[in-house]
Amino acid sequence: MSQDSAVSIGRPRRNPDGPANAADIVVSVRDVTKYFGPLKVLDGVSLDVRQGQLVAIVGRSGSGKSTLLRCMNGLEAIQGGRIVICGHDVGAGKSNRAELRRDVGMVFQSYNLFPHLTVERNITLALTLVKKNSKPEARRIATEVLALVGLADKIAAYPEQLSGGQQQRVAIARSLALSPQVMLFDEVTSALDPELTVEVLKVMEDLAGRGMTMVLVTHEMAFARRVADQVVFMHKGKIWEAGPTAQLFAHPTTAEFTQFIGTGL
Amino acid sequence: MNQFTSVHVFYLLQAARWTLLLSLIALMGGGVLGLVLALGRVSRSRILRGLATTYIQVVQGTPLLVLLFLSYFGLSLAGYRLDPLIAAGLSLTFYVGAFLGEIWRGCIEAVPRTQWEASDCLGLSRFQQYTHVILPQAVRIATAPTVGFMVQVVKNTSLASIIGFVELTRAGQIVNNSTFQPFLVFLFVAAIYFAICYPLSVASRILERRLHVAR
Repeated sequence: MSQDSAVSIGRPRRNPDGPANAADIVVSVRDVTKYFGPLKVLDGVSLDVRQGQLVAIVGRSGSGKSTLLRCMNGLEAIQGGRIVICGHDVGAGKSNRAELRRDVGMVFQSYNLFPHLTVERNITLALTLVKKNSKPEARRIATEVLALVGLADKIAAYPEQLSGGQQQRVAIARSLALSPQVMLFDEVTSALDPELTVEVLKVMEDLAGRGMTMVLVTHEMAFARRVADQVVFMHKGKIWEAGPTAQLFAHPTTAEFTQFIGTGL
Repeated sequence: MNQFTSVHVFYLLQAARWTLLLSLIALMGGGVLGLVLALGRVSRSRILRGLATTYIQVVQGTPLLVLLFLSYFGLSLAGYRLDPLIAAGLSLTFYVGAFLGEIWRGCIEAVPRTQWEASDCLGLSRFQQYTHVILPQAVRIATAPTVGFMVQVVKNTSLASIIGFVELTRAGQIVNNSTFQPFLVFLFVAAIYFAICYPLSVASRILERRLHVAR
């Protein structure tokens, strides 16, 4: 990416496996507890994500992994603990929500593109409304991020004219356009056919290579194993096992994680 | 006794203009009121939700005829002598607003929750979410039921005849009083109502198809 690019992606990647440095921590989750009614879905979860890291959260359905991700950017309220992301206290209410939104991007399983708007407008909407970019400026950014995800030729298309994989890449581009510091991916390939999954994972791997800080909830174990710096295994609302990817897969310490990777999930 | 002639036909067609005008007033007034009520129904404020819900339930539980009596006879007893057109327009506005408010609330809620989340994550304010993401999609969903309801409104304007407003149905009664050919006269009246309502139904279908293609 050229120096005068309108879109900034992440920061220069520091050594993701080096010793922890407080200034490096982009996402800090401390003792977080979350209930859905009487059901405790997050039970004392703590997690740090450092600048430039790719952290994959894995686990069975209902283990609380998606909920944890949604709590990270305030889509779900937490009942206990504290989450600080890019210096913004997520629990602090509406006051810092705008800044939080500026620094944190999110991509969903169901893409959630705006069906009544073109691909270009999907991307420029927040640029013009929230970031107050001029129309030509917003358009330039849209062109640039679409090129990054390999969809420059789809700028005038409507979402329903695109395949699922293409829609998800547009959703990633839409989020990227706002130059977030960290991106959250919530099972972004779970609704896709295997061959469409590949093109989306390629875009994500490319992003990771550019130093974007990423937290993803995923079922793509092969991808997590290959690309993630850290893997977090969740079970029953707790972080059951976590650590550097290679180490974790080579020497799982809990029976649950051993079984989980054994089943090929 | 007079024959049913072209003079009567012309008279009925003239009266049909009042039916159209009354429908237009009802839809515009009711449309504005309906939007306010729909937004009130989905508001985060408990008070606004309560007010909108109460209004809708009270008005939907009241016959339009009673609303007409209230605004025409009721208000005249209270010292406000309303022109029948104003009284009928007012009653229909209240009536249509209550129904459109409820129809549109359903359409707003039919926009997937995830559209709120996605636009929230992009940093849009609640107002921007409504104007750029939610309402444009709700309008698409609302088109068919709204135009379908417009057909009801056109037909319901006939109730205004009861307070002496000479619209199509009242004109039919007047013509019938002089020709005494009820079957012919009211068949003709029905045909005019159909001529107004049928294009609305067709328009609804075309609009729905076009909006679907355009997205």
